[in-house]
Amino acid sequence: MDLLYNVFIDPFVQMGSAPDLLVQAMWEGLVAGVLYALIALGFVLIFKASGVFNFAQGIMVVFAALTLVGLYQMLARWGVQPAPLAAYLALALTILVMLVLAFAVERLILRPLVNQPDIILFMATFGLTYFLIGLGQFIFGGETKVMIANELNLPRGAIEVQAFGGFVSLQEIDIAAAVIASIMVVTLGLFFQKTRIGRALRAVADSHKAALSVGISLEQIWVIVWFAAGIVALTTGIMWGARSDVSFALDIIALKALPVLILGGFTSIPGAIVGGIVIGLGEKIGEFYWGPLLGSGIESWLAYVIALIFLLFRPQGLFGERIIERI
Amino acid sequence: MFYREVGQFKTNYVADSAVFPILQDRVGLAVILFTAFVLIPCFGDSFLIQAVMIPFLIFALAAIGLNLLTGYTGLLSLGTGAFMGVGAYACYKLTTLFPSVNIIVWVIASGLFSAVVGVLFGLPSLRIKGFYLAVATLAAQFFLSWCFVRVPWLYNYNTSGAIEVPTRSLFGLPITGATATHTVRYFLVLVIVVVMTWLASNLVHGRIGRMWMAVRDMDLAAELIGIRLLPTKLLAFAISSFYCGVAGAMLVFFWYGGAEASVFDVNLSFFILFMVIIGGLGSLTGSFFGAALIFILPIVLRYIPPKFGLPIHPATVEHVQFMIIGALIIVFLITEPAGLARLWQIQKQRLRVWPFPY
Repeated sequence: MDLLYNVFIDPFVQMGSAPDLLVQAMWEGLVAGVLYALIALGFVLIFKASGVFNFAQGIMVVFAALTLVGLYQMLARWGVQPAPLAAYLALALTILVMLVLAFAVERLILRPLVNQPDIILFMATFGLTYFLIGLGQFIFGGETKVMIANELNLPRGAIEVQAFGGFVSLQEIDIAAAVIASIMVVTLGLFFQKTRIGRALRAVADSHKAALSVGISLEQIWVIVWFAAGIVALTTGIMWGARSDVSFALDIIALKALPVLILGGFTSIPGAIVGGIVIGLGEKIGEFYWGPLLGSGIESWLAYVIALIFLLFRPQGLFGERIIERI
Repeated sequence: MFYREVGQFKTNYVADSAVFPILQDRVGLAVILFTAFVLIPCFGDSFLIQAVMIPFLIFALAAIGLNLLTGYTGLLSLGTGAFMGVGAYACYKLTTLFPSVNIIVWVIASGLFSAVVGVLFGLPSLRIKGFYLAVATLAAQFFLSWCFVRVPWLYNYNTSGAIEVPTRSLFGLPITGATATHTVRYFLVLVIVVVMTWLASNLVHGRIGRMWMAVRDMDLAAELIGIRLLPTKLLAFAISSFYCGVAGAMLVFFWYGGAEASVFDVNLSFFILFMVIIGGLGSLTGSFFGAALIFILPIVLRYIPPKFGLPIHPATVEHVQFMIIGALIIVFLITEPAGLARLWQIQKQRLRVWPFPY
């Protein structure tokens, strides 16, 4: 009975008695969820357009952030002043690097492997992951770096909101992250729905062969989606890097994005967002209220278990396309 | 010319359906076994045996385990590392609870625990397929790694949180722990790996193997011809996890001599998956090729630059090593997506028709 009470009643009593803590936990969860959603978004973009399960998305986040900081440090060493100019120059150069990366991936990996089974392409992105880890550390050094948040004029500091009989503290950088994420999702949505390229992208996502037959260049589309995923990765990298440090230890967030993906479905952009927020909220609230029962650290697997339970009822994820199998 | 089956007539069905129907293959196998059992223990130095052969064989066994699941049954799993961990921790618990029973019994028995856990996490496989299943098996990976850290009972409440292999002996000869010589451990590992490979070979060439392959090729069609999906898939999970569990127990007991939870993290799962895919999905020979390539390559990369006297910083070597491994994975996939086993087949065909092109 004690156990049942601790599992089913006590956490809710705690929530009711200290609503400000609950709101704080929810806010933390929401912010983490937005970042998971951004990584998942990169996955979804690539999966929709090329059917590649891009394991390297998480590493692209780290690689982009590392490139940004590394380039900034180089520019600063060469005496580019003032600091914001150097930072924005580094940002532009990083975008260029992501474009080069997109071209290289298309030319060197996707094109030779076209028409191979999914698992082979999946493994190829593993190879890319290792390569990017090595490359990033080889060029910019393996030590942990600090994101250039100030130089990029990102807001910092915290807002204290008086609510629910207590204080809830909101980091400004988190608010900025949420805003930027929403802007990006809306932009991507508009891009997909309204532009010529967006229409081509949707056609490719529907059927490669049909798209080819009406004259859409698959190669071009792949470069575009990998570039878009690179930009998403860069944004995620900046936001995540501003919250903690930039190092390849961050690659664990790539694995965090996987349950988000299966929750939302591999093919749905809204799914990625909703999935990210559900996982982020569930993880933080679970850790905060139920964690002490099991011993801490349940964050590491709770997301997977949540996703697994959802999968048992909806094998294609919450928003994924219905899987139809024929003989 | 060198590899020709001309004149090798088969007069009965058994000879025709043999795993190695061609004489040259049988001779080749005998040479490999002779090398492994006689030449390497006699002439190999301790580095070759301790740092190359023992881990190579253990990883090959784990790769066979994963290959049974992913290559033969078509179920992608990323939980191999955790299943190996279950084997290792089960073996540790069993041998500390019942020290009088021979350790080899426990190494094999620990595979059974791993099999049970594997079946448990394989249950969703009936409804979930493809990459969704891969992510679902990651749940097993992370949950079990968490257990290895947070359940102190598993490591007997010792303060370091690591498991230490106690000394156990067979016929008065220490076979695990610090006093066991590398040759003894090598022989044990070799015998277990050879026997289990032989069993796996029989399994995949028989009825069960056919069922698995039917499920892999198309599970709906397999169901229609009367294969019950759930038992078949769960059997694949059970046997695969059994192999991985035994490999995990051997990894700790015959190689590391002690381990903590971080050994069995998600990177180990990926490592084994590399071996399976580079070696060739659905090929037991390929598992050995893959293990050799993925395990021995980093060793070679580490030892080659100093041989040429290149003054490279160790950290740089590490980074370049990552780049080379990544690039090699991609190159291998592009040259032959079906893996090294397929390359070997092509070479055999070449040998067969040499000196003519066809």
